[in-house]
Amino acid sequence: MEDLLREYLPILVFLGLAVGLGVVLILAAVILAVRNPDPEKVSAYECGFNAFDDARMKFDVRFYLVAILFIIFDLEIAFLFPWAVAFKDVGLVGFWSMIVFLGVLTIGFAYEWKKGALEWE
Amino acid sequence: MISSDISTVLPEIVLAVFAMGALMFAVYTGKDKTAPMILWLTAMVLAGIGIWVAISGNGSRVAFGGAFVDDAFSRYAKVIILLSASAILLMSQDYMTKRGLMLFEFPILVALAVVGMMMMVSAGDLMALYMGLELQSLSLYVVAALRRDSVKSTEAGLKYFVLGALSSGLLLYGASLTYGFAGTTLFSGIITTVEAGHVPLGMLFGLVFIAAGLAFKVSAAPFHMWTPDVYEGSPTPVTAFFATAPKIAAMGLFARVLYDAFGNAVADWSQILAFLSVASMFLGAVAAIGQRNIKRLMAYSSIAHMGFALMGLASGTVFGVQAMLVYMAIYVTMNIGTFAFILSMEKDGQPVTDIDSLNMYSKHDPLRAVAMMVLLFSLAGVPPLVGFFGKYYVLLAAVQAGMSWLAIAGVVASVIGAFYYLRIVYFMYFGEEGDMLDKAKSPILWGFLMASAAIMVVGVVNLFGIEGFAAAAAETLVR
Repeated sequence: MEDLLREYLPILVFLGLAVGLGVVLILAAVILAVRNPDPEKVSAYECGFNAFDDARMKFDVRFYLVAILFIIFDLEIAFLFPWAVAFKDVGLVGFWSMIVFLGVLTIGFAYEWKKGALEWE
Repeated sequence: MISSDISTVLPEIVLAVFAMGALMFAVYTGKDKTAPMILWLTAMVLAGIGIWVAISGNGSRVAFGGAFVDDAFSRYAKVIILLSASAILLMSQDYMTKRGLMLFEFPILVALAVVGMMMMVSAGDLMALYMGLELQSLSLYVVAALRRDSVKSTEAGLKYFVLGALSSGLLLYGASLTYGFAGTTLFSGIITTVEAGHVPLGMLFGLVFIAAGLAFKVSAAPFHMWTPDVYEGSPTPVTAFFATAPKIAAMGLFARVLYDAFGNAVADWSQILAFLSVASMFLGAVAAIGQRNIKRLMAYSSIAHMGFALMGLASGTVFGVQAMLVYMAIYVTMNIGTFAFILSMEKDGQPVTDIDSLNMYSKHDPLRAVAMMVLLFSLAGVPPLVGFFGKYYVLLAAVQAGMSWLAIAGVVASVIGAFYYLRIVYFMYFGEEGDMLDKAKSPILWGFLMASAAIMVVGVVNLFGIEGFAAAAAETLVR
């Protein structure tokens, strides 16, 4: 039982550190920060929209394009991490499979770029 | 090892690389100005790969540990898919240019959808199945909504997407249950768990969900509700595409899953398919009677035809699969011709889809009217046209498998369905005088219409030997 609990000790240490760091950062903001509030600063921030408004409104399709682009590359990272961890085991086939995958993604990205999806005016 | 895998999937790789290369070329050069060239090039590449697949390769090969199967069955389906997609692309150019829809993405998306379909008919693993299905479906959702500024087209795209996602969900749920009970995603592994003839209950659930998901994709009743709206809303060339290649791919995939993975449980899925078949045939026959829009009418017609093709599959015999394959080949040929006619229906340069506009068409353009009449008779299954032989084969398969009731239901549904095909013929020959359609000009559409109608007549001799290929394909699938 003792041994089992000891194995969890690092997690407890991390938990302590996390809570401690969080408290320190919040307190630091309270104690050290220069405060100079104005209405724009204290209002809730929501990616360029009014935070409290009718949910059924039109907004620019480019927001979606950026969001979709983000999701694609987000997923790419999700694939890259396990691939990097198992890099030694996947061998040459695994390496080239990932390169092909990245190549296909790049083609999609180049298409979207060239189509003007990233131009913001 | 890997090199033999790659040589097995080479046709798919070539097509995928071509699609990506064409995309890069078009977007870095003239964008939509290159669209007609890309369209022709894609059609040629599709046809070329179709011929390559047809003449290359014999016997059965597997790649990637059994996930990809290249055999007579997959080659048969691939050749029809590739050639029909190529034909539809050639037919679409005129229409797309006139309506300002000539986007270079259209042929590329079609090519990518075809890669997905080739993957589907070659799937030997639940993951390969899903991958092919999604590649196909995602490309099709986009082309359905190609006309962005039309409410109907965007509605078609959205409806197709939402219902397609639902059916993918059902399919995935079934696949996960099957995997849970079989312990493997490989079809060759799944079939051994059913070896004793006893299907675990969970796996039976999996089978039912997979069948439901695939029934969505082939638009079999009661999973057909997206079909009329999507057919009506999409631009007509896209509708023509929906009615041909994806149907064969989904049917091929259906047959592959049922025989490769659940081939030892024929009695279990045969009744599901028999139900789907009867429901589709009757719904397609009855619901089309009220339709005045020829695209919606063709949607119900395709539902009814899927019912007949499923009848071949439901019989669970080698001959049944052969009958299904022959039926699908005939169905696609008829549809290409019919849509070549529908694509040329215009009044004052605007596309017309109302069947009333065909009143007295025979006086206006007798040759095209005759060709369309032949196609409609063939769709209805009137002897001695080729369409009759397709129906004859599936009915025979059902009778041989001891499902005479299914065959009788098929005959009754076919008689009901004949009404709405023949009504169009009636309008063309005995209708009231009214405003005439424009004189159809496109030689490509004329060529496809005439060729298709000629095949319906000349093919009676020996069906161009397609039976032999279908028999070989069925032989490799049903062991």
